Order: sequence, then structure tokens, then C-alpha cells
Amino acid sequence: MKTNLPLSFNRRSFIKTSTLAGGGMLIGFNLFQACKPEVAPPIDISQLNFNDFNAFIKIADNGMVTIFSPNPEIGQGVKTAMPMLIAEELDVSWDKVHVVQGALDTKNFTRQVAGGSQSLRHGWEPLRQTGATARQMLINAAAVIWKVDPKECKTANGVITNSNGDMLGYGEVVKEAAALEVPENITLKEPKDFKIIGQDISNVDIDKIITGKPLYGMDYKEEGMAYASVLRPPAFGKKLIDFDDTAAKAITGVYDIIKFGDKIAVLAKDTWTAMKAKKALKANWEIDSKLESTEDHDRILTDLLNGEAFETLREDGDVKKAFIEADEVIERIYESPFLPHNCMEPMNFFADVTPEKVRLVGPIQTPAGTARRVADLLERAPEDVSVEMTRMGGGFGRRLYGDFALEVAEISKIAQKPVKLVYSREDDMTAGVYRPSIKYKIGVSIKDRKITGYHLKEASVNSNMYGLIPNFFPAGAIENYQVDVASYQSNISTGAWRAPYTNFLSFAEQSFFDELAEILEIDKIQLRLDLLQKVKGTTDDRIEYSPERLENVIKVAVDKSGWGSKNEGVFQGFSAYYCHNTHVAEVADVVLENEIPVVKKITCVVDCGIVVNPLGAKNQIEGGVIDGVGHAMYGNFSFNNGTPQDQNFNSYRLIRINETPIVETHFIESDIAPTGLGEPTLPPAGAAVANAIKAAKGIRVYKQPFIENMNNKAP
Amino acid sequence: MPIYKLKINGQSHSVEADPDTPLLWVLRDHLNMVGTKFGCGIGQCGACTVHVDGSATRSCLLVMSVVENMEITTIEGLSDDASHPVQQAWKEIDVPQCGYCQSGQIMSAAAFLIQNKNPNREEIRDAMSGNICRCASYNRIEKAVEVAADKMS
Ligand code: FES
Ligand code: FES
Repeated sequence: MKTNLPLSFNRRSFIKTSTLAGGGMLIGFNLFQACKPEVAPPIDISQLNFNDFNAFIKIADNGMVTIFSPNPEIGQGVKTAMPMLIAEELDVSWDKVHVVQGALDTKNFTRQVAGGSQSLRHGWEPLRQTGATARQMLINAAAVIWKVDPKECKTANGVITNSNGDMLGYGEVVKEAAALEVPENITLKEPKDFKIIGQDISNVDIDKIITGKPLYGMDYKEEGMAYASVLRPPAFGKKLIDFDDTAAKAITGVYDIIKFGDKIAVLAKDTWTAMKAKKALKANWEIDSKLESTEDHDRILTDLLNGEAFETLREDGDVKKAFIEADEVIERIYESPFLPHNCMEPMNFFADVTPEKVRLVGPIQTPAGTARRVADLLERAPEDVSVEMTRMGGGFGRRLYGDFALEVAEISKIAQKPVKLVYSREDDMTAGVYRPSIKYKIGVSIKDRKITGYHLKEASVNSNMYGLIPNFFPAGAIENYQVDVASYQSNISTGAWRAPYTNFLSFAEQSFFDELAEILEIDKIQLRLDLLQKVKGTTDDRIEYSPERLENVIKVAVDKSGWGSKNEGVFQGFSAYYCHNTHVAEVADVVLENEIPVVKKITCVVDCGIVVNPLGAKNQIEGGVIDGVGHAMYGNFSFNNGTPQDQNFNSYRLIRINETPIVETHFIESDIAPTGLGEPTLPPAGAAVANAIKAAKGIRVYKQPFIENMNNKAP
Repeated sequence: MPIYKLKINGQSHSVEADPDTPLLWVLRDHLNMVGTKFGCGIGQCGACTVHVDGSATRSCLLVMSVVENMEITTIEGLSDDASHPVQQAWKEIDVPQCGYCQSGQIMSAAAFLIQNKNPNREEIRDAMSGNICRCASYNRIEKAVEVAADKMS
């Protein structure tokens, strides 16, 4: 297995230090590339710029450590886990470490994106290197003061000691340390010596969250700003003809009504007034392009699946031949609807566009890209635009798209004042960048009771699976293997949604394997293990999953879930999947209450390498699993003539606490570099539940949401 | 525009607002108490939960014309120092993921535990089912309510 870590840096050049004017040492570091020779961290803490550095560590002369990190936090705990890595190697106790989310400028960003469950994986080595290098500089400074060999010095909890019994706190040597050369060839700790990594550490913002302090974009305000609410076309495929704003303008507290493109913004003294006045606008719309409905998508995707217009993403052997020579060909179709993200915090953003600069503040997963697009839109120099990130009330992929930041930048420019744009829930659900509806057709050829060929076809709206997905399991396990994709271009906006493609593909494939085992009369677990056996020792370097690690999570899940030995009335379903570099197996326990399947428990076994913060990691795992169960059971979003059919939580069903299974998490112990957790536990959940429903009711579900399709028969 | 006298967290405030303005927006935009969150505006998600005369109430549906003289408590007033047993339990269990729904969850739990001092799991799940957590921190919410109940008894 490849580890794919982006590492080859010269330590001397990726860390720079300065002595702060107010006392203390500042270390700036760039995780993924060398710093330019001429750059240095500022000597004034208010002047931090993240152009040349990914983050800064301040060690104050009282020994307190502050980490300034611009990495976005969307609830996946990165703001806690990343500083843990630095603190570990710096050798300070966690309670001396304080984390501040820094503002962000736009040049030189690498991986300044929260998405793809990758932040921790990419930071694993460089963040520890940074902490270790800083520690060595402090030791070297103490050694100079003591006139001893640095090798005789030790550190613990932010204190340096030597064999003579001398002692110096980090704060006491920062001044000297900042003036030293940045050392090279630092050895990192062995996993067995970790003191912080592997400990349960609470969310760094916990106190603010439980007391309701301002944290989120929604909470951001500035003197003199207007609140904006935007009226958008009521359907995809419609545009604005004209509008009457008399009634809206008559509402006290409305400042201004601004048309931009096919949208109308109401600016007002507060959110409620802006939302109310928006409802008072009378607009006329006309059809601009086609008005699509869910039935259209269904028909088009089905036609695509049955047609020939595919692009082949992976082809091993000769699937066609295998199918022709087969004793039997088994084909099944799996279907999924569009899904909105429904972040708990609706989209919002602040902009202040002035002739001098463009200041943006809010929750965004892609600050650098968004700043660039705003600069393009406003025809401004990139260096005029700054983005400050707030904590995000959920992301799930939606906040990768900066459409709302572009909107508010345009509004602020026209209004010539600072503006905070707030989406209502209805705006959020109807102006989405949805998970597209997708259908899969899986076919296998059977010869002499063996699987000889595997053909996966994807038909999707707007875009198809990408990257390494065609090389995921069962790629490599079946001699003749082919992945084909086709898409249909829609005017409905679509994009990434937590674990893109795999969130549904895993359901299709892991349901299919179960059914295949039934047809072939093989044990369901054994079928998967037999396939994995064939991948072992593969020389195909496109295969990134590890058959050994996947096999291991499967076996542990069998053991921990009590697979096959459950009490009467408890029905189990199995699923295992690899994505986002993490191997996961899940078992769902389902019971029937009045003939309705109820998911009671999910046993989830995860191999994500070293677990940096088990407390945070388990939280994400539980969230991912329940999200997977919830959307598979209830998630449904349809269109009628371009208009989304759900607008709020009265009709759109999200899983609630009384419908939630207990998630029992087990980690595989490991000393391999950590991999992501924000996404990979979601994909296997749907199939685990579907397979358990089959066990409980004898009905196989091929279509999400299950709640509406639990009585369908095989197509 | 009429002026309303509100009693929030033991303090009096007078606010000038339209009679149809929901308490949620008065708290957030007029009084700078942003702990009470906006999630749906139609009483479906619970993010905006406050206590009105001790009961959990959706502040997005509570308009100015009816809240006068009512005793309102928001997350900011639940305790001075995060010492309320529910807040303590939330911290102990490390409930939040993104955290956005959590002040509403905490307010619902705090009101519930006054009515039911010794709830079982089913009662907890039932009582908390009006609050959505999109991050699905539900297992921990359940556990934290149990821990809080212990602390309160
Ligand atoms: S905002 Fe009040 S219940 Fe959702
Ligand atoms: S913690 Fe994110 S919505 Fe509950």
C-alpha cells in the first residue's frame, strides 16, 4: 500500500522564527513547501499573515503556547487534532496550548481546504516535525546558557532539564532560541512515547459552544453593516423578468433593494426585516432553459445505464468475453435521489467591499479558491481580497462552494456598505449544490460457480466518479473488471456531498455482494474474504486499499458484533468498505417493530492508522454512521419543473435522536500514519442496514430512501 | 414601532420592534445574544430553543406581541460560568461536533430534566426528538442527558 504523504522538505527552509516585539518567540511554518529565503515571521503578533506560512506557533515568555491556524473547522475536530500533533513533539502539556483561528490571505495555499478527510493525513508528518524542531531550538538555547551539550538536556511538560539538575521553562529561553539557526535532522518520537497523541482531548471550542458565545458566521457582525436576504429564481431554469418592490420598501427598516443578475437582494436593519421584506417582493419569472423534474432524471439515467455512451475508467481483462462465456449473468440496478446538505447553520457570509480592499468573513471550506473567484468577479487584484474564516455549523461539502460569498461581495459592492448575507432554511434547501441523483448497474458473470467478470456502470447527473474510486474494492479481485460512467448535463447545481460517490456506491456494491452470496449459496463474509485474498500481493499500484487491512476490519467486525449468534428477533447486515484511505466494516442490528425495520445498533470497526484523538475520532465515526443510516433511510429530494419539492424540515426528513442506533466503535490498533475520519464511516452504513432489512423482512432494497422503497422487488 | 419590555436572564430590556418579530431575531440582532441559533424558522429543528417561564420554547415562533412579561432564559443565562449540570455533562461527554445545534439541545435538556428528574433512555430520546443535530451527535446527547440527570439528583 502506498502512503502518498506529500513529504520531502528541508527542515531548515520550512520553518522560520522571529522574536516578538512584546516578548516571546514566533515560529512560522509552511507545511508543504519551502519558505522563500527572504520571508520571516512578523515581530508584531497583530501582523500575522498566512501568505508565506500555513500557521504560527507563539511561545510566550510565560511558557504559554499559542497556535494560530487558519485551517477551517467544520466539526471534524481538526482544530483540536492538528495542534495535538505540534504539542506532542514540542513536549508541552495540552493545557498550556491555546488555539486561535487565524485570518487567511490568499497566496500560497496548499491544502487549505477542509474536505476529503485529508487534513490530518497531510499534516501528520510536517506538524510533528515543526513541533520537534521548535523543541530542539529551545533545548539548544538552554544548552548555550548552561554551556552543556544539548544531548544532555531533556524536556517534559514545557520544562528543560539537564543532568546537573538545572531547570529552565520554555518561556525563559525563547529569546535566545529565536536567534538560533533552525536545526536539521530532528528525530520524531516513537508512537509508544506519545503522551498527547492517543489521549482523549475535548473540542477546543467546547466552553464557547456550551455557553453560546459568538463563533459561527451567523454570529458575526460589524458596526454599520446591513443584513441581506436574497430572492432567487423559484426554479432551476427560470430567470427574472421584472419585479415590484413597493410593498417591500414600505416596511420600516428596509434600506435598499438591489437587483443583481437574476436575483434581488433586500438590505435591512436586521435579519428578520430583510427576510420579511423579501417575502413582500413581487417578481415575475420566465422560462430560460428546460424545467426538469425527477421523473425526467429517472428516465434519462435509466436510458443512460442501458445505452452505450460510456466512458471507461478502468478495464482489466475482457469483461465482454467473460459475460459471453458465463453460465449465468446477474445484474442489479441501484438508485439514489438528489440530496441537499442541510448544514445546521444555513449559508451566510459577510463582505465589505471598498475601493481599498475586499474583506470577507464567514464559514467556508475553500477560502483560497473563493477569494480568487471574488477577485475575478469584482475585477480586483488578488491581494486586495482577504478571507477570514469563522467556525462552521456543518459543511458536508456544501461550504466547498463559495456561491454565497460571491453573492454578498457583489451586493456589498453595489450597496457600498458592509453586508451580511443570511440564507433562510428555504433559501439554503432550494439554492443548493446537491448530491446528484445516481444510478448504478452492477453485473457479474458466473462460470463454474466462480465470479469471472464484474461490470460496474454509473449514470449520474452532471458529473461522475473520479480519482481513485474505480480502483477501490473489488478492483484487483476479479480478473475481468470494468468501470464505465456516463452523465447527463442538468441545469440543477450539483457538487460534493460527504464522501462523494462512495456514499452511494458502497451501498450498491455491498448490497450486491450480499445478494450474490445468497445466489451462489456462499457465506456472505467468506465471499468478501475470498475476493480480498486475490488482491494480496498485487503489483497494481493503482490499488490503494490494503486487502490485509480490509480483511482485518471485517474479521474484527464479525467478532465484535456477535455476527451470526444474535438473539431471535435481531437481524444483522454486514458491509465493509475502503475510501478516504480508511478501512471500515459495519454490522447493523435491526429489529422489527410493527413490521417496520428499526436500526438498533451499528458496530463499526475502523482502521484509520494511529488515532490522534479518540474522543474526537469516535464522535466523527458516530456522526458519519448515523448520517449514513439517516440518509439511506429517509433522505429524499425531488424536483418538479425545476422547483425543489422540499424547502424546510417540515417535509424534508432528517434522522432524529429517537430513530438513532447506538454506534459501537472499535479501532484497529496501529502505528501507521493517521487517515481521515470525516467521511469514510458513512458509505458502508446504508448497505449494512439494507442487508439487515433483507434478513429481517426478506425484502431487498435497491433504492434510497429505504423508508419509501422497502417493498420493492428485484428489477 | 412599538416598544416591548422583555425580561431575559433576569434582566430587563426594552426593545423597539415590529409586533411580528420573533424573539429569536430580537435576541440575536437587537440584543447581541447570539447563543440562540437560527436553524429553520418554523419550529422544526430546535436550534432556537429558550426557556419561557421554565419550559423549552422555540424562539423562532414566539413573536414580540406575546412575550412581554414572560420570564425568558437563554443559553447565556443558563449559568454564569458554564456550571449548569447540563453544560457540565455536555463538556464531560464532549458532545459537540460542529456545535451549532448544541445550545438548543442544552436548553431542551435542561427544561426536560426539571420535569423528569430520573428519565430512562426512551424518555430522553422522546424528549430530545424535537432537536435536530445534522452532525448526528445523538449518541452523546443521550449519554450527556443521563449524566446531567445524575448530577442533578
Ligand atoms: S429555528 Fe426555531 S425550531 Fe428551528
Ligand atoms: S453538532 Fe453540528 S448540528 Fe449538532
